[in-house]
Amino acid sequence: MPHKTFMWFILPSALAMFLFIFVPIISVIVQSMHIEHEQVLIEVENCGPFGCTPEVNVDQEAMRQLREEQPLGRFNGLGTYTNRAHLAFDEVGEAWATQDTWSGFLSAVYNLPFYKALSFTLTFTFVVTPLVLLFGLFIALGVNSLPRVFKGPTIFVSLLPMIVTPLVGSLILFWMVDAEGVLGAALQNIFDDNSLSLKASPWLTWVMLMVYGVWSSTPFAFVVFYAGLQTVPEDTLEAASLDGAGRWQKVRYVVFPYVAPLAVFITLIQLMDNFRVFEPIVGFSAQASATSLSWVIFNDLRGGDVQLFGSAAATSVLTICGVAILLTPVLIRTWRDFNRKRV
Amino acid sequence: MASKASQRSRGLVILTGVLIVLWAVIASFPFLWTLWGSFKVQGDFFSKADWTNALSGTRTIAETGGYFTLNGYEGAWIEKEFWRAALNTMIVVVCVVVISLTFGTLGGYALARSGYRYAFWLLMLALVFRAMPHITLVSGYLLPFFEWGVWGRLETSIIVLVAINQPFTLWMLHSFFLTIPKDLDESAMVDGCTRFQAFRHVIIPVMWPGVITTGLFSFLLAYNDFAVTAVLLSQDNATMVPKIASFLGSTFEEGNVMFAVAAVVSATAPLFVLILFFQRQIVSGLTAGAVKG
Repeated sequence: MPHKTFMWFILPSALAMFLFIFVPIISVIVQSMHIEHEQVLIEVENCGPFGCTPEVNVDQEAMRQLREEQPLGRFNGLGTYTNRAHLAFDEVGEAWATQDTWSGFLSAVYNLPFYKALSFTLTFTFVVTPLVLLFGLFIALGVNSLPRVFKGPTIFVSLLPMIVTPLVGSLILFWMVDAEGVLGAALQNIFDDNSLSLKASPWLTWVMLMVYGVWSSTPFAFVVFYAGLQTVPEDTLEAASLDGAGRWQKVRYVVFPYVAPLAVFITLIQLMDNFRVFEPIVGFSAQASATSLSWVIFNDLRGGDVQLFGSAAATSVLTICGVAILLTPVLIRTWRDFNRKRV
Repeated sequence: MASKASQRSRGLVILTGVLIVLWAVIASFPFLWTLWGSFKVQGDFFSKADWTNALSGTRTIAETGGYFTLNGYEGAWIEKEFWRAALNTMIVVVCVVVISLTFGTLGGYALARSGYRYAFWLLMLALVFRAMPHITLVSGYLLPFFEWGVWGRLETSIIVLVAINQPFTLWMLHSFFLTIPKDLDESAMVDGCTRFQAFRHVIIPVMWPGVITTGLFSFLLAYNDFAVTAVLLSQDNATMVPKIASFLGSTFEEGNVMFAVAAVVSATAPLFVLILFFQRQIVSGLTAGAVKG
C-alpha cells in the first residue's frame, strides 16, 4: 500500500490517539511541574459596632486574575515529586536514619501515601496475575474434558465475572461479604466470632480485593487457554499415549508447549490491567486499608474540595514510569523477534 | 471423542466434575443472589439474624405485604432518576461503538495491508498506549477541558473513550484483516476500483464477523468505564456506573441501600443478555488477539 493511501486510512485513528493519548501524557508531565497558586491575602478593616479590627482575607479577585493568567499554576520544578505525598525523599531519608530495624523502616515508609499505594498495587499485580494463569488453565483443562452439552452453559456462567462492570462486580461481592450479607454472616457463624468483619482488618481487605481480582480475571485466562486447547492435535496426544506417557506427562510435554505462548499473552494483558487496579477499591470502600496508584490520582482529582492537578499529574507520571518498567521486557522481546524475522 | 487419548479414569472424571461445578457456582452465585435480593427489602437482603430470611422474605412480607417488592427499582429509577443515567449511557455507548469501528476498520485495514516497517511500530506504539492507566490520561485532560469549557459534556467523554479504545480496536481489527486474503482486494483494484472502493465494497462485506466482535468489546469498554466518565461528566450527564458510585455515599446515609442494589442489577441485565446472544463472538474475540497476534 503506498504511503499516501496508508496515511489517509490511518489518519482518523492516529489523530484520535495522538490528541487524546499522546498529548495528555505530555500535558501530565507539564502539569506535574506546576503547583496551585499561593493564596493572595489582603488585609481588610472589619468595622462593627465595637470598633474596627483588621482581618486577613483571600483576595478572590486577584486569585481569579492570577488563575486566568497562569491556568497551570506556578512553576514548581520537581518539587511535587519529592514532597511528602509522592516520593518523599526527606521522609524516607529520615526514616532510614532514625529507624534501627528493617521492619521499623518499612513501616515508616509504608505510612507515606505514595509508597502505601505502590505496595498495594504491586502486591495486587504480582499475586493476582499468577493465580489467574493457574486457575484459568485448570478450569480450561476441566471444561475441555466435559461432555459437549455442558460446555456451552459452563462457558456462559464463566464469562459473567469478567464481562460485568468492575465497579458493579465488586459491589456485588462487597454486599455479600458485608457483616450483614450472606457470606459475611456465614463466616461469622463458622468462626463463631461476631466481631469478624472483612472491612475492619487491613489484612483481610487486601485478601478480599485480591479474591475479587482473581474472580474477575480468571474467565479471561480460561477462555484464552480453552481456545488454545482446541488447537492441540488429537494425533499427538494419542501418539504420546502409545509411547506410554501418563496423563500428567501428556499435559506437561504435549499440552504445555501449545499453550505457553498464550500464557505470555495473558500475562502481558493481566500485568497491564492489574497495575491499573482502581474500581474494586471504590466498590469495596477499601481506601482506608488499601489504596492503589490509580485511586490516589482519582482522589486528587475528585476527592476533596480543591482539585490538586499538580499532585495528580506527578502521581500519573510516576505510574506511567511504572507501566514502562513493566512493559520493557515485552518490548525488548518483540524487538528481538522482529529483527530475527527480518534477517 | 472416544479415542484413547481422551479416556480418563472414573476418579478424575468425578474430581473434574466437582471442580467445574464449584467454579460455576463461584462465578454465577453472586449474580443470582443479588438479582433475587434486589426484590426484597434491606432487612432481608442484609439480614444479620438469619440468612434464610432473604429466601423466605420474612421482613419483605412484614413491611410490604408481598413476597417480592419493587421498592428498590422504584426508588432508583424514578426517585433517584436512574433512567436519565441509563439514557446517557445509551447515547455514549452507541456513539463510541460507531465512531470506534469507523476509525478502527480504516486504520486496521491500512495496518494489515501495509508491508512497511512503520506499520509494525505503530502497532507497538498502540500496545504501549493500551497499557496506559486511563486515570493518568484523564488527569491530563481535566485542566484543559475546564479551560475550554467542554468539561461535563457527553460529547467530550465520547471522543475520549473513542481514543482510549483505539489501540485495542486497531489490534483486533488488524488481526481480523490479516485473515482475509490479499488477492480479494487486489483483484478488485485490478478491475478498476480505487483502494477505498475495494475496501468499502469488497472487504467490508466479508468483514462483518470481525466488526461485530470488535464492536462488542468497544461496547463493553464504553459501558463498563468508570475512570473516564466519573471524572469527565457533570452530575446531570452522569452515565450509569458513576451514578451507581454516587448512590453509594448518599443511599447509605438514608438507608436506601436497596436503591443501589436495584441499580446494580439494572446495569448488569444488558450485559447478561449480551453474553446470551453473543457468547461465540466474545470467545472468538478474546482468542483472536492471542492466537493470531
